[in-house]
Amino acid sequence: MTTLSQSGGRRLIDLVPHIVLIVGVLIFAFPIYVTLIGSTWDSATIGRGNLPLTPGGEALVNYGQAWSESHGARASYTPVRVMLLNSLVMALTIALGKIAISIISAYAVAFFRFPFRMAFFWMIFITLMLPVEVRIIPTYKVVADLGLIDSYAGLTIPLIASATATLLFRQFFLTIPDELVEAAKIDGAGALRFFVDVVLPLSKTNIAALFVILFIYGWNQYLWPLLITNSADMETIVIGITKMIGTGEAANDWNLIMATTVLAMLPPIAVVVLMQRWFVKGLVDSEK
Amino acid sequence: MQRRVIFDNKLLPYLLLAPQVAVTLVFFIWPAAQAIWQSVHIQDAFGLRSEFVWFENFQVVLSDPNYVGTVKTTAIFSVAVTALSLGVALLLAVLADSKIKGARAYKTLLIWPYALAPAVAAVLWMFIFNPEIGSLGRLLNRLGYDWDYRLNGDQALTMVVLAASWKQVSYNFIFFLAGLQAIPRSVMEAASIDGAGPARRFWSITFPLLSPTTFFLLVVDMVYAFFETFGTIHALTQGGPGKATETLIFRVYQDGVVNNDLGGSSAQSVILMVIVIALTAVQFRFVERKVHYA
Repeated sequence: MTTLSQSGGRRLIDLVPHIVLIVGVLIFAFPIYVTLIGSTWDSATIGRGNLPLTPGGEALVNYGQAWSESHGARASYTPVRVMLLNSLVMALTIALGKIAISIISAYAVAFFRFPFRMAFFWMIFITLMLPVEVRIIPTYKVVADLGLIDSYAGLTIPLIASATATLLFRQFFLTIPDELVEAAKIDGAGALRFFVDVVLPLSKTNIAALFVILFIYGWNQYLWPLLITNSADMETIVIGITKMIGTGEAANDWNLIMATTVLAMLPPIAVVVLMQRWFVKGLVDSEK
Repeated sequence: MQRRVIFDNKLLPYLLLAPQVAVTLVFFIWPAAQAIWQSVHIQDAFGLRSEFVWFENFQVVLSDPNYVGTVKTTAIFSVAVTALSLGVALLLAVLADSKIKGARAYKTLLIWPYALAPAVAAVLWMFIFNPEIGSLGRLLNRLGYDWDYRLNGDQALTMVVLAASWKQVSYNFIFFLAGLQAIPRSVMEAASIDGAGPARRFWSITFPLLSPTTFFLLVVDMVYAFFETFGTIHALTQGGPGKATETLIFRVYQDGVVNNDLGGSSAQSVILMVIVIALTAVQFRFVERKVHYA
């Protein structure tokens, strides 16, 4: 080390953060890379545990088969296009539904005065303390009694109430200046007109931010769809993957499983990367 | 808090609240009440009659050595996941926030794992650490280390901890980064001028000023480890081998859905509710005060 000049030592120390960050990035990227590579090889190569680190030539076959056929070499599955559609319907309904019912209830709580206003507000607030996991069996029973097993309604409506979104919108509504409301009232605009013409346009950024968070929340649901969907037509893609793996034996259709995994990751990752700015804002705002 | 200027429709606010309130009543309040009701009743074998038994279900649950074991597993699991994901995220955030080249690129490359489902994260880890098909799993065995998380309980627990933490780092990273950006540059510069080195600046300025963020994340990560990791465990180990990776939420599912024990499962649900309420209450108390112990 004594031969290193002062500036050389500096540069070496400056490299340390880069090295740590690159190692971090690699730890996060490596499993994805392996999965991508795996989805381009045949199942025998993967099953033997000899997966190379470079792409193979089976990509088209694997993705084609996973996308549209309901059976691999060893077992039958729900085709990916069916599962992707189910996941998409679930994620979109949950995200848009949560935003819709939260924004109108936040509007009611912020812009009106009426009996039991705070009682309603607290009732919505309490849902924060009852994640679906802790009330899973009785909620399942309610959905079963309503005949909603194996339906999109059963899959989405019980998850659609949102205290966080309501709180976020309410907080934002309280910052809309009184003068704006007064001006609208003088112009003869009613509550609904004001909501559509002023409040909704002002909320655009908040809506976009929440959409990213809630879309991912919906897409990644696990325990609930596991209980609510029995038929193969209703399977969501995240559940589908673990069903394909089963007990994880070497003789699985690993090529199809890896292709399915890649297709399951693409939509939420695309949403996060493409909407990064809103996503970070939404995450930090809605949790504060 | 209430606005000064408001609209004065009589019916409209109720209509606007109706959908949210309906969903909350039918799918939140009612099932939660059911869980509480069932937790103090025992049903006969045919589900025809139920008898009020006070806290017998809770007694049965809490005196079951298996349940105590599950509590222990959950404690180890959630503390490990929280500590690991917080520590790694803080390190990466501090480095990515400093004025280094490519900070933006590092940020983008580190936040996307947030998009992955816990179960998918588990599957990715399996592709690598499975002793038969995973490259690292095979490598461990070839090096003479007897690696099979499907048979060895400690290895299984290590696997689920790593997979669950791996997925949570990006969430913590985003919040630490936001917290770091809120620290005024002038404070850091002043400390620099006074001769404080990077380590000293971190421990006496950055870390205390980050404490509200850290505390908030501590609670969020605990809740994550308690509940959302159901997918990780279900996909990777199914609670096994034996009960080595069975956490409280996995057991509720196991007892309620697989074994169909309503009273016991409801008592467990109520215990979980108490835990969530306690965590939420603690979180709000401290967030209100905006702790930093500086």
